[in-house]
Parts: sequence; C-alpha cells; structure tokens
Amino acid sequence: MLSRTAADLYWMSRYLERAENLARMLDVSYSLSLMPQDDRGNGLDELAMPLLITGTLEDYLQRHGELHAERMLHFFALDASNPASLFNCLAAARSNAHAVRGRITADMWENINATWLALLDLAEQGLSGYGISRFCEWVKERSHLFRGATYSTLMRGDVYSFILLGTFIERADNTLRLLDARYELLGADSEDPNDRSARAYYQWSALLRALSAFEAFAEIYRGSPRAGKVAELLLLRAEVPRSLRACLTELQHTLADLPGDNGRPAQRLAAELEARLRYTAIEEVLETGMHAWITEYIEQVQQLGDAIHKCYLEVA
Amino acid sequence: MDRQSFDEMYDANGVCRPHYRGFANWLENTSQEVLAQRRREADLLFHRAGITFTLYGDAQGTERLIPFDTIPRSIPASEWRGIEAGCIQRVQALNLFLADIYHDQRILKAGIIPPEQVLSNSGYQQVMHGLDLHRDIYAHIAGVDLVRDGDGTFYVLEDNLRTPSGVSYMLEDRKMMMRLFPELFAAQRIAPIDHYPNLLLEALKSSSPLDNPSVVVLTPGRYNSAYFEHAFLAREMGVELVEGADLFVRDERVFMRTTAGARPVDVIYRRLDDAFLDPLAFNPESVLGVPGLLSAYRRGSVVLANAIGTGVADDKSIYPYVTDMIRFYLGEEPILQNVPTWQCRKPQDLSHVLAHLPELVVKETQGSGGYGMLVGPAATKAEIEAFRERLKARPEAYIAQPTLSLSTCPTFVENGIAPRHIDLRPFVLSGRETRLVPGGLTRVALREGSLVVNSSQGGGTKDTWVVED
Repeated sequence: MLSRTAADLYWMSRYLERAENLARMLDVSYSLSLMPQDDRGNGLDELAMPLLITGTLEDYLQRHGELHAERMLHFFALDASNPASLFNCLAAARSNAHAVRGRITADMWENINATWLALLDLAEQGLSGYGISRFCEWVKERSHLFRGATYSTLMRGDVYSFILLGTFIERADNTLRLLDARYELLGADSEDPNDRSARAYYQWSALLRALSAFEAFAEIYRGSPRAGKVAELLLLRAEVPRSLRACLTELQHTLADLPGDNGRPAQRLAAELEARLRYTAIEEVLETGMHAWITEYIEQVQQLGDAIHKCYLEVA
Repeated sequence: MDRQSFDEMYDANGVCRPHYRGFANWLENTSQEVLAQRRREADLLFHRAGITFTLYGDAQGTERLIPFDTIPRSIPASEWRGIEAGCIQRVQALNLFLADIYHDQRILKAGIIPPEQVLSNSGYQQVMHGLDLHRDIYAHIAGVDLVRDGDGTFYVLEDNLRTPSGVSYMLEDRKMMMRLFPELFAAQRIAPIDHYPNLLLEALKSSSPLDNPSVVVLTPGRYNSAYFEHAFLAREMGVELVEGADLFVRDERVFMRTTAGARPVDVIYRRLDDAFLDPLAFNPESVLGVPGLLSAYRRGSVVLANAIGTGVADDKSIYPYVTDMIRFYLGEEPILQNVPTWQCRKPQDLSHVLAHLPELVVKETQGSGGYGMLVGPAATKAEIEAFRERLKARPEAYIAQPTLSLSTCPTFVENGIAPRHIDLRPFVLSGRETRLVPGGLTRVALREGSLVVNSSQGGGTKDTWVVED
C-alpha cells in the first residue's frame, strides 16, 4: 500500500479514536461536576480536567481568562478555532477518510461523512441546546458505528492493519493519560491503595464508566473500585479492551503480521513493550510510583508511534 | 440552422416520442409526492456519499452537489448506433492525427492544415516529436461533446482529449436512478453502463507492452475539483490513487512509495495537466508532479494516459479541421458533423464575426469549463462591446460559431416540470480497440433559457439511457 495512504488511514483512525476518547473524558468530568463538591468549589475544577489532560488549559485561559463552565465545554467540544477540539478531531478524521475513500468501504465512508454532516448541524445548534451527556453518547455511538462498519465490511489486509494501529496507539495513550490524571487529582488519598472514601469511590467509578470498564471491574474484582485494582484493570488485564495491555497486544500482533522487513524496529519495540507488560505485576507498578510508571509508558507508546511512522508511513 | 429547439421527449406536435413512452406513462402514474420525496432522497444520498465537486475561486473550498435531475435523457438504440460509430471514427482520426504531427507530419505537408496552426500551438509539445507510443495511441480517454440542433441533427461541439471528466457522474447517476426507480429498469431495456471502469482498466493495460502492467491513477490531490472522480475510478478499477509525492523516478523508472518499500509503476492514468507533470521539464513551480517523469516517459519505461501533447488536437483552432482529418486518414466521410466555425485569425472570418456578435457564440481557442466565452444572444450590449475589444486585440485566440438551439429535455424545476437545454458527452476509450459504453454524461443548463451546461456555471446532470426500440 502507498505510504501516504497508510498514513491517512492511520491518522483517520487515530483522530476518530481521539474524538471518542475526548467524549469519554468530557463525560466523566461532566458527570462528576454535577456531584456535591464538599469544599472543593463549584465543579469548575472538574470541568477543567479534560483541558488539563489534553494540554489545552493554557490555551483556553489565554483566550477566555477564567474558568467558565459553558465556555470550557464549548472550547473543548465544538470550538472550530481550537485545533484540539473534538470538532476538529472529527474534521481531521473525515478529511483523512476523504483522502482514502477509495480504499475504505462505502459503508465506512458514508458513515464517517454522515457523522461529519451531522456534527456541522450540531455545532450550529450549540452544545447546551443539544445536551452534554447526549452529545458524548452521540460521539461514542458514531465511533462504534464506524468501527462496526470497519469490522464487518472491510477486507482483512493492510488497510485494516493500519486502521488498527492508529486506533490502538491512540487508545493506549488515552487510557494512560486518563488514569494518570485521576490518580493525580485524588492526591494523597490515592497513595493508600485501599482508600475507601466516598469521593474516591465516585471518582474511580466515573473513570471506569467512562472507559466502559465498570462491568468488567465488577465481574473480575466483585467489590468497590479502589486505586490499585482500577490501575491493574486498566494497565495489565488482557481481557479488558481499553487496557494498556490489550492495546499493546493488538499493536504487537498487527505489526507482526505486516509484510516486509522494513518494519522491524517497530515490530521489535511493540514486542518488547508487550512482553514487559505481560510479566509485570501491579505491585511493581505501585512500587515505582504510579505517576512515574505511567509517564514512562506514555513516552514508550509515543516512541512506538514514531517507529511506525518511520518504518511505514514515510518510506523513501 | 433551425432556431426552434428540438425537444428530446415530445415532437413538434407535443406527442411523446416512441422511446420515451414507457417513461412518460410511468411519470403520469406516479404521484407528485412520491417524486418529490425521491428527489429529496437522491440529494441526501449524494450528500452522504460525498459525490461533490469543489468550485475554483471559492476560498472555503465548499463541496457542492452537482444538481441531479431525475428525468432521464433517453436515446433510441438505433440513433445511438450512429453516434457511437461517429465518435469512434472521430477519435481514431484524432489519434492518427496526433501520431502524424509528432512524426512525419503528412497532413501538414499535404497542405490540409496550415503548419503554423499546429507547430506554434501552445498545446503542441516539442518533447513528443519522434517518440513512439505503444499502439500509437495518444488519447486513451476522450470525451466528445455533442449537441442536437433544432432539426434533430447531432453536432460535435468540441473534443476533450486532455483529461476529460464527468464519467463518475454518468455512473453515479445511473446507480441513483436504479436505486430510486428500479421499476423503470424492469419495464424496459436500458443498455447497462456499469462496466465502464472495467473497459477503462483494459484500455489502460493494453496501452503498455507489458502483460500485466501496474496501473495507477495520478490525482492533483483532494482539493482538486474532480477529486471525487479520481478516487472513484481508482476504487472501481482496484488500482492505487497516487499523488505526485507518492511517486519518484530512479534510473529512468517510475516507482511508488509503499509500506513495503518501492514498487514499480507501468501505466499512469494522469488527471493532471501537461504543465504540472514534471517540474524538471515543464512548470518548475509545480509541486503536483514527479521530477524526472518525462525522462522515464521518453525512455518508454512508463505509459501516460493520456499522452503528453494531446491538447493540440482538441484546441478550438484545430477543431475546424477534424472533419478533414477523418477524410485524410480514414478515407471516410465524417458520420458526425462539426458546428460551422469562423476562425477569427482569418481576416474575412473576423469581419463577419465582428458584424454579427449579438447572434454568435465566441470562444477562446484554449478555454474550457465555460470560462471566457461570449454567448451573443444572452449578453448585454456592454458585455458585447467589452468582448469586441478583446477580440480585436487578439483575434487569433478566438473562434465563433452560430448560437445553436441546443435540444431540450423536460426537467424538474422549482414549479414543476419544464424544458431545459442539454448536451451529451460520451466517453471514448482507445486501447486494443476503440469503444464506448452506451450513453454518456448528459449535462443540463438549469437556468431557464441558458445554454451553458458546465457544472462550474450551475449546470446539472441527468441519467442517460440508450433504449432498445
């Protein structure tokens, strides 16, 4: 396949996955901002979380000066002038899809194009008019539909592989960042892996729900969510589709199956990362310190992304 | 020429023509609501499928739908056979002409066309001189624009031998009609056209001496107005859609950059003008092309479809000679007629044109897309006078033709159904043989009385039927 085509496919799926993740991020923060906040202010800090995680808080403050619920939501979700907004992620995903529309199935293209056209209408209408939770649900639903169309209509081959690579690199990064941010926010509370305070309970539940992993947690641990178990689930459990481990397993298999020798550096790195996770226990993570451990993995996932770029997407 | 328009559906007495009867019956028995609902459905489907084009000069690059009209343009099969034979004859002669002027120039030596008309034409590419092409084919894909005048005769308005576009609309319009009104296709025998991409791929493959050449479609990119069509054809043929940056030349061979390394390319169906193909040989500013492509082409290691330098043959100043080419190369009488044309470079023609501007259509010899032309009867006095000055300043850049009374076809307009002017562009493929699918692209001028059918000027399209009669 053309390297440019592969790059467009890879970025199409990355941006779409990112849009879905932004919606998940927004969902968890919005629902937590509605909770009683004790002495912790009026929920604005919570609404600022998605901006903090995506590194766009500074940009927001420069433009709007203060934390303001509606402005933050708009800036994050629908603001066309914010390059990192959900709106622009979907725009980029659709633009990449447009460039490779000859390589994806008509079902996939029509799906993503319809999403884009509906988003334009929605942006006109405004977020508060539509409802924030409903908007998050809508984005997730559109993303699910696209993935479903991909899964059930696209030939298994290089096109499918590069879509998987984009999806799982982005998802791995996102799971790490979401967990990290929640862990940081809980501050001292989280240092005790057996923290059972009500606040921590709600925080961890919201995170699990945002990652669609609440049911998995309940089934595996049969108890209320605690920092250590949540971290184990989201980092190390192979059977949870949004966990770091699951993402790396997918990346490793997908890379291993790609034809040609030029991908060796990326294949090797993915295999190393996957093997390290496979033989890591949560106790070791906690011993290193959650933040330090996650920071290192965010770095590693980024390096894997770079390796994929060098090996496949910009071949001379 | 007869100024009364020929209506495709009804004869002069308002009686439905035989090949339209099936459709007319159906139209009568289908409620207005159903028709309106289907038209909305068509708009929605086209939008969702992203079957759009981009207008040049529109800063936002807004994607627009080409308006699609649900009343088909229908041609009886017996009449089609004449059009088909005429198009094949014409394109064969044009290919022979191109091979001739880039080799022996017999037609110039015979005095049939003044040599300076060809050799100093900006479409004439010196680099093509003496280069042998496989099967001597230059225009692998040609679009022949036909109009029907008041007396019912088809005339060739122009030939498109560079990168004719619109074939994707021909195919999508048919798909849409079959999706919206399957009952129409069950009731009568309408010749199928869906195999066009197949014929195109065969023509492209047979343009290379290799057994199983690797074919690509070269596009200027996703911001080009016809990008949809480039992607469409690549997908339908199952070949790569490449941009200039995806290709490179090493040791006078063209390769594409792929995820598994460099892969050779044998045939390039290019949708890029000559000037942009190779920044080393033509426009050095071009970032769309492939450096070194021309050297590979000259060496014969890659086929370009269409060839470089076909523009000289579809230039409007050469157009008046096409009927002579047919006689000269094929020894046959032309099946399809040219529109009578005044060449403004000739003093006596120019004075006639200047004296009759309000009645004539004046076109730039190099123009396309309906830009830079004067439609006398539709122009204001001021527009005519402004055009007169331009014409006098550079007469050699213009030709003039009588205003044809393009035939009309009933079309859905804001308040019901009304006749609108149409043309027809069949697509002629040349490879092992010269052939075309039955029909072509019918464009319709949606504004009342307008004769300009180009999509960039607000034209729409119709499905084109060749009906067994």
